[in-house]
Formats: sequence, structure tokens, C-alpha cells
Amino acid sequence: MVRFILKRLLQVIPVFIGTTLLVYYMVFALPGDPIAALFGDRQPPQAVIDTLRSQYHLDQPFWVQYGLFLQNLFTFNLGNDFTGQPIAGSLARVFPVTAMLAVEALAIQAIFGVAFGVFAGLRRGGWFDSTVLVVSLVVIAVPTFVLGFVFQLVFGVQLGWAKPTVGANADWGSLLLPAVVLGLVSFAYVLRLTRASVSENMNADYVRTATAKGLSRPRVVIAHILRNSLIPVVTYLGANLGGLMGGAIVTEGIFNVPGVGNKLYQAVLRSEGPTIVSIVSVLVLVFVVANLLVDLLYAWLDPRIRYDQ
Amino acid sequence: MREKEMTTPEIHIDEAGSAGVKPLLEIRDLAITFTTGSGEVHAVRNAHLTIMPGETVAIVGESGSGKSTTALAAIGLLPNNGRVSAGQILLDGEDIAHATEQRMIELRGNTIGMVPQDPMSNLNPVWKIGYQVKETLRANGRPSGPDDVAQVLSEAGLPDAHRRAKQYPHEFSGGMRQRALIAIGLSCQPRLLIADEPTSALDVTVQRQILDHLDTMTTDLGTAVLLITHDLGLAAERADKVVVMYRGQVVEAGPSLALLQNPQHPYTKRLVESAPSLASRRIQVAKEQGLEASDLLAPAAEAAAADNFLQIQDLRKVYKLRQGLGKTTDFAAVDGVSFDVKRGTTTAIVGESGSGKSTVAKMVLQLEKPTDGKILFDGVDTSLLKSSELFKFRRRVQPIFQDPYGSLDPMYNIFRTIEEPLRVHKIGDAASREKKVRELLDQVALPQSTMQRYPNELSGGQRQRIAIARALALDPEVIICDEAVSALDVLVQAQVLNLLADLQANLGLTYLFITHDLAVVRQIADHVCVMEKGKLVETGSTDDVFESPQQEYTKALLNAIPGAKLMLPPEVA
Amino acid sequence: MTSNNSHFVAPIDETPLLATDTVKTDQAPLSLWSDAWRKLRRRPLFIISALLILALAVVALFPGLFSAVAPNDGCVLANSEGGSTDGHPFGFTFQGCDIYSRVVHGTQASLSVGILSVLCVLVIGVTVGALAGYYGGWVDAVLARLGDVFFALPLILGALVITQLPFFRENKSVWSVVFVIALLAWPQMARITRGAVIEVRNADFVTAARSLGVSKFGALVRHVLPNALAPIIVLATLELGVFIVAEATLSFLGIGLPQSIMSWGNDIAGAQASIRTRPEIMLYPAAALSITVLSFIMLGDAVRDALDPKSRQR
Repeated sequence: MVRFILKRLLQVIPVFIGTTLLVYYMVFALPGDPIAALFGDRQPPQAVIDTLRSQYHLDQPFWVQYGLFLQNLFTFNLGNDFTGQPIAGSLARVFPVTAMLAVEALAIQAIFGVAFGVFAGLRRGGWFDSTVLVVSLVVIAVPTFVLGFVFQLVFGVQLGWAKPTVGANADWGSLLLPAVVLGLVSFAYVLRLTRASVSENMNADYVRTATAKGLSRPRVVIAHILRNSLIPVVTYLGANLGGLMGGAIVTEGIFNVPGVGNKLYQAVLRSEGPTIVSIVSVLVLVFVVANLLVDLLYAWLDPRIRYDQ
Repeated sequence: MREKEMTTPEIHIDEAGSAGVKPLLEIRDLAITFTTGSGEVHAVRNAHLTIMPGETVAIVGESGSGKSTTALAAIGLLPNNGRVSAGQILLDGEDIAHATEQRMIELRGNTIGMVPQDPMSNLNPVWKIGYQVKETLRANGRPSGPDDVAQVLSEAGLPDAHRRAKQYPHEFSGGMRQRALIAIGLSCQPRLLIADEPTSALDVTVQRQILDHLDTMTTDLGTAVLLITHDLGLAAERADKVVVMYRGQVVEAGPSLALLQNPQHPYTKRLVESAPSLASRRIQVAKEQGLEASDLLAPAAEAAAADNFLQIQDLRKVYKLRQGLGKTTDFAAVDGVSFDVKRGTTTAIVGESGSGKSTVAKMVLQLEKPTDGKILFDGVDTSLLKSSELFKFRRRVQPIFQDPYGSLDPMYNIFRTIEEPLRVHKIGDAASREKKVRELLDQVALPQSTMQRYPNELSGGQRQRIAIARALALDPEVIICDEAVSALDVLVQAQVLNLLADLQANLGLTYLFITHDLAVVRQIADHVCVMEKGKLVETGSTDDVFESPQQEYTKALLNAIPGAKLMLPPEVA
Repeated sequence: MTSNNSHFVAPIDETPLLATDTVKTDQAPLSLWSDAWRKLRRRPLFIISALLILALAVVALFPGLFSAVAPNDGCVLANSEGGSTDGHPFGFTFQGCDIYSRVVHGTQASLSVGILSVLCVLVIGVTVGALAGYYGGWVDAVLARLGDVFFALPLILGALVITQLPFFRENKSVWSVVFVIALLAWPQMARITRGAVIEVRNADFVTAARSLGVSKFGALVRHVLPNALAPIIVLATLELGVFIVAEATLSFLGIGLPQSIMSWGNDIAGAQASIRTRPEIMLYPAAALSITVLSFIMLGDAVRDALDPKSRQR
């Protein structure tokens, strides 16, 4: 297991370097004056241009620039945004909010998705299964931002069950509505995946053998069907973290959640190139590390992965 | 068998002493129906069998005969779309054909145990072996501490059981997994054990060890065994009584030897004739026709028959195995193998999994490059062939593979499949190719209308005949059969072997026959090469090797043929 | 019969011996594709989604047939947030444009972005995945790492960065959106293709073809790829829906299609201003978008079921 972790860690490094290099290259090394490009049509104040030039070491060769950028990234020296605030500081403020939102959304999709999926899979073709299948198709088809407005309008404005916008003081309760919106599409995917996986595993030879051993039905379902069915679900949840990040940008924008996504959205609206690059790089780091964690969970669930071939 | 004959009467006396012998399991007029998309299928009809306490009864049949379905019904594990539609399954007089799930859970494990067929798929890959034993003990209310688990495992012949219990199934070899499954099946000392082809996925020598061990354990525990097998020889050797099933019905049942020596039903007769483990002589037809064919051959070809058509000289194949983190070790899959194949003869390479026999075949086919050594084909070193010469070489040497489901491209219809070699080698025009395909189908005794079919519409034996037709399309001189009949049912296997023998007689083909099954070798080969762990252990004419094996390994292999020690069927004797 | 040692023989007329291994000739020949098509044809899910997609395609190709009003014609601020009137069944947007006409004309952008992106992803993903899976070794290692790098850049995040480039800011179009989606979404297709190719490449029929004299690359094209197509087709159908959502999301965020192109994403973004007062302004383009995506997701679902190897008879 230790060797597996080491091996995966070693694999993460080139991916992280490659991806940040890609992002950095696109913004700073493509032809044209990067500073001018960053601001588009607008003319930035000279002070900002000077700060940026020194901050991104634009007078240095590309590799030195990139090396210093990486160094800055790891020392959380991310520079200032256009209002002069340090990006690192404001990121530190908004990051916990997004983390809460993501955890809540993940929990919703994992718990409800797996539970509904198991019930549907065990009784394939029953009324619950058929209902859940149709509903999940519709949920998948409605894009997150449409869902966001509909929920905001119905539950927030018309029914008044939740605050339509979150505002400055985000807590678990006020984040529930955006978390539901954020988690709903993946919930439907998790449900369908669990269902398919459960109904496939039900016919596995080892499940029949487990029954032949004299185990009770609940034991067979929990120890042999459920655990094995979770393996593809975990893989999906890991691969889908990126989708969750994209969804967070939209959801935080709609519900005015003071999170990383919202910060990024504001930066996009204001075309603040450097801020975008910094935040995206941090998010890539989070994504890569989160995927590593998912891999470890995966290895814990499926011992064959740990085994070094 | 030996133990059986000694112990069974004892049990009979024990029980007869009190209240006469009562059957442990009695199946009466059993019918099992499956509901499928295309209507109801009657998988089993009028099945009946009786198992006395401590007795071993075998159900023999081909795939689809209903043998496994019957056994699964007895432990209440029919698939969801299957049901018992008539008849009774009496366990100690209690009809369990329609017992509640609760009752079946009580019975499973400690009254009826099961050892399933495929050791690869029957252990849950995510749980340690020890846990899978432990949960069995616990579910049946037995002590389930680490020592109890280890004891169960070591009784099934797993050494170092405490350590083994902490390992996962993928760390076990096939034989060890099957031992673990036997341990689980017998852990709660059931009175009846259902063993569904318990060793058919294993190598012959391992197969024998495990069956011997299973015999000893069930004898010691006084467990009755319902053995499901496709191998009549194995059934006769291991069981007191044999029940033969054919297309869902019991066609014949009786004491093993009586049934074997004096089969009554035409199906049983055919089965006795075809079972390779029983027919220990070369196919008669082939010999007769082979003699005729050699008379017909031109003198030049006759002279050539004496020469070494294919010479394998000191062949080696070394693979680099990854040891993780950049380290590699060398693994010699084939190590210094030399033998010659004479034109128009059949040479068999026999060995168990990992013996390197298939790697030899791949190198002869020029699909893998040897690390060392030479392959001379018709006197020419094949490693020196240029790509255009290699292309010509491929016309002369053709393969037939094991898996009849994997060897034909499912997207190609039969015409395209057989025509492909002709097209690749740009032989003839469309009309002449179609004519050739029709001829080839005639040669392998399939109707010409098969041309428009797709592989998924054909049975295993039919697909194998298509594979033979494709191999013959280029009029090759050598055919390499890699386990070509291993996956087929007994009767179909005999049919395909006959076809191969006929083709050899008519076309003067040279066969290199790769197989794990010595019984088949006896039927078809002139020469035998025995391989073990990459090395050639013994080589010689088939008669010599079978009658006076020189090496221990060859002896072990010969001993492992099921039913080898049984008396021969009457017409052979 | 019940006596323990009796020798039972079934009456032979009740258990006749049939010829071993006869070929069934009673049914029409059935290739895997025609088998899948036969299954597909009978599924209501497929029929509904196919009809919907057909209708959408007609609307996308000939929007003029369905709406006499051009989308930007007669946008009069006086009509702002106006309700349904004669000839304007869905009412008017905040800008006073005809909603019905805008919804009809938005179909084209969504469908073309979806279809073009899927085609690009197929070309890149299948090529990379097939080469990596079939040849293995260093080709696989290099291509896998390259895929990992792009995979670590989630679609929306990556799109945010790419669209900040001056070239994209100045040349917003259907093609720029297609480029961004294809660039960021190909690794998943490559992974699926690679897995499917690896599963097939060691099949005996591939070895048989090689020993017939078919070249290594020839075997990939003739035997391996056709047999690896099922998961690729399923993913492509599902991704059509996913990419249509992606385009709408990018347009909604203001980094997708330009305002000059009629797009549901842009219209939904524009309707934000009226969400409290006239939610149906958003509802119409949102419903059109959802129905389109639903059609493709249902199609993907039906195709998956039909191509599922487990449901095939052997």
C-alpha cells in the first residue's frame, strides 16, 4: 500500500507541472504583449502594468518565468488583484466556503445517489426503479444553471423555504440550497451508475457462492453486492470533481455565495487575467490532490489495484 | 474410488441397523422452467435421482444438458427467471422445491454445501480469504476465531493457513483458490456437498490432487456428494453412481462401472465412445484413411514425408518482468526447446498452464520473435525471412485457436471470415473466391448457407469448423492447433477431431497440436513433446511415451487423466 | 427405478438422439449491428428521442419555416417583458425581442456546437486512444500523460483560461467554442477508446488475422476498431448532450458564443434580469435546451442498452 501511494504521488507531479505549464503558457507565452492581452480593450493603470511586469518576471526567459510562478504558487504569493488586494488572502477567505459547498454537494450525491441506486438496482424493473430512472434522466438533462434559477425562484422566492441568495455569512444551512443544485446532476449519474453496477453484481458468481454459504440476504447485499458496486461509483466521483468545480462557478454566481467560484466568475466578468490564472492553478492543484485521494479510496475498496503487477 | 468402496458399505450398515436406508436427497420428476424474452424454456424435465447418506453421485452431461440447473435447484439457487415447475426435491423427506428463502438460508452451509465451478470468479475479489471463510462459519453459528478459520483452510490442504487467511484472492493461484472454495463449502460440515465441475478450470495434475483431497475429506466427514461434470471418465472414477443427462432429461442412471461397461441408451453409448479419457487409442478412421492416403501420395511427397519439415532448435523466449519501480527480472517462458516435426504427421506439445507451449506456437507462427535459437521451416531459417517472404510463409503455416468465441471476428459474416485470407493474399476474383468458400464449407461439413451467418449465431463446434475452413483457405501445409478442441463438448470435440484427422489424410497436412489434455493426444498424435516450466521434459512417439514414460512429470500427467485406471470399454478390450 | 443399485434407462422414444451440432437455418442472418438495430427499434425511449432529434434537426436547418419573425427584428423596448400576443406566442424579452423566434433560431447554434464538438472529439480521442491502446509501450505512456495533463484541467476552468486569450476574445464564434470544448474533452474519449482497444487487441481473431498476413495497422483498422466501436458510440451520443450543456454554460458565463449568434445560453443569461418579474422569459429557452439535451441523453441510454455486450446472445 505504501508503495502504491508513493507510485501515485510520483505520477501526480508531472501531471501537475504539465497542466500548470499549459495554463501558464497559454496566458503568458503566446505571441503578443501578455499585459495588454490580459486587459483586452481596457487600458490598465501604469502602476498595475509595472507590478505585473515584475510579478510575472516578463523580462526573464520563459522557463525562469514559469519556475518563479511555480515557486510563488507554492509559497502562496499569488500577487494582487486589480483592487490591490492580495489574491492569496482573499482566496484563503473564500476557500472554506467553497469547500463547505463542495462537501455538502458531494455528500448529497454520494449518499442519496448510492441509496436510491441500490434500491432501484435490487428491484430492477419495479415501480421504484422505473420512476427513478425517468426522473434521473430529466435531472441529467436540465443544466445546472437552469436548475439554479428554478430552485432559487421556487424554493427561495415563491415558497420561501430557503434564502434565495447566501450573502456574506455562509454556513451549512444557507449553503444547502446551492449544494442541492450543484449536486443534483451528479446525483442522477451516481444513481444510475450504482443501479447498473448493483444489478450486474447481483448476478456475479461470488454473490451466488456467498448465498450458498448460508449468509442472510442483508449480509449478502451489504458485504458482497454493495461494496463491489461502490468501486465504479468512486471512480466516477473522482473523475467528476472537475465538473463539480465548473458547476460551483455557476452555482456560486447564481446564489451569490462568497466562494472561489464566485471570485473566479467576478474575475472573468472583469477580465482579470492574472487572477484567473492564479485561481485556476490553485484549483488544478486541488483537483489533482483530490483525485489522488480518490485513488487511495479506490485502492482501499479494490485490493487488486494495490497489488503491484 | 478405492476409499469409496471401503467406506460406503459401512455407512449403509450403520443406518440400515436402525430404520433401513433412507435417501438423503431424492429428486422426483423434477421440471425446471425458465422464462425468457422468447417464451418459456423447459430446461429440465422428469429428472430424478437419489443420493444415500455418504454416497457420491455424479451427473454427467454436455453444456445445456440441465445438469447444473438440477443441482442449483437442490440448493435453491436457480436464477431469478427460473423456477421449479413440477416435481419434488426431498431432503431427508422434506420437500424443499418450494421452501421459503428463510428455510433455505438455514439449510445452506451447514446441511447443503456447494463448491462452485470457476475458482477465478467465485471468491469476492475485495475481501480477504480469511474473512470469506469466517463469515461462513459465523452465519452458520460456528466458532469463527482466527484459529478456527486457519483450521478450516489447512484441512482443505492450504499450507501456512494463518498467513494465507490474510491474503486476497488475487494473491492465490487457481488451485489454491479452489482449495479455499472447498474449505468454505465443507467448513460447516454439511451432509450434502454439491460440487459443480469443481476442477474443470484447473491443470490436470492439480485437478487430481484436489479431487483426491475432496474425496478424503468427504469420506472422513461422511458427506454425500453430488458431483456435476462433463467428463464421463472422471465421473466413473469418482462416483458410486452416475446419472447421464441429455437435453434436460435423465437418459440413463446406474452404478458407475455397470453403466460404463454396458451403456444402454444410444446417447450414453455415444458418450462412452467419444470421451477422450476413455478412448485411449488413436481414432481408428484416421489410421485407416491415413494408410490409404499415403498410398495415394505421389512418390516425391512420400520421400518428403521422411524429412523434418519443421525443425525447432534450442528455442528460447525470455520476457522481462516488471518488479515495480523500474526493476525487471528475466523470465524464460521457453528455455532451450528442440524438436522436429515430420511432414504429414501430428506432433503434440503437451503441458500445463505456464509450460510455455503456447509461446512455442506463437514463435513458430512468427507472431513472437525468439530470444535465441532457430526455427527451420522446410529447411529455411524463419528468422531470416524478409517481409515479402514472411507473407508467403503465412500462406503455408496457419493457426487454429482455442476459444471458439474469440477466434472469429464477430463483425464479419462467415463468408467474409473465410474469404479474408484469399483477399489479403489477392487470390482469384470475386467469383472464384466465392466458389472456394463454398468448397471449404463442404470440406468442414457445414451447409453452404452458413455463409451469410454471423459467428454469434453458431455453436462452439461450428465456429471451430469455420476457423478450420479459414485456416485451410490458403492451402497451407502446416496447421498449428492451439488448444483447438479444449473448449468443446465431448461429442463435438470428437467430431472436430475426426474432421481434423480426415483432412490430414486427404490433404497431407502437418499438425502441431498444442494441448493440456493427454487423452486427446493419445487419439490424434504421432509424436509427443512434454513441456514443463519452459523446458522440454520428454519427447518420443505417442506409443512410447504412453506405454513407458521416462520422466516423473510425464508419469504424473498420465496418472492425472481421469479414468485412466478404469477398465477399458468392452469394444476396445 | 428408485432402488439404489438399479440401472435406469429412459425410454428411447421419449429421449430421441438428435444430430450433434446442427446449424440453425430457420432465422434470417443477424449481424451484431442489425441485432442492435432490431433491439433499438422496439424501445419506446429510442423512438421518442429519435423523433425529437429529427424535429430539432429540421428546426435547426430551416428555422424560417417555424418563425416568420427574424430573431432580432422588431426588438422594440416598448415591448419589454411583454406577454403573449398574436404572432408572438411566448411574449417578449427584456430587450423587447420576440422570444418564440429567438428560441427557434437558437436551435441551430446548440446543435451545431454539439455535433461539431463530438466529431472533433471523436477524431482526436479515437486516434489517440486507439494508437495508445493498440501499440502500448512508450506510445501509450506519452499519450496517457498528455491525456492526464488535459484531464486535470476541468472543462469550465480550462475554458475560462483559454477564452481569456486575445484571439478568442476577438473571434468568438461557433468554431471557437467547438475548439475549446474539443481541446478539453478529448481525453475521456481517448481513455474509453484505449480501454476498448486493449480489450480487443489480444483477441484470437486479431492474432488469426495477423497470421493470415494482415499487417499490424491493417488489423487495427479492420478488426480491432470495429469491435471497439460500441462504447465509443455510446459515449459520443451521451457527450452530444453534455457538450450542448457546456456551450450553453459558457455562453451563460459570457465566454461562449457572441451575442450576435442566437443561443439559448445567451438568452438565459439575458433573462436573469427578469427572473423575479417574468420567470417564463427564462423558462422558454431553458425548456428548449433541456428537451434537446434530454433527447440526446435518452438516445445514448437506448443505444447503450442495445449495444450492451452482456445482452448479446453468444
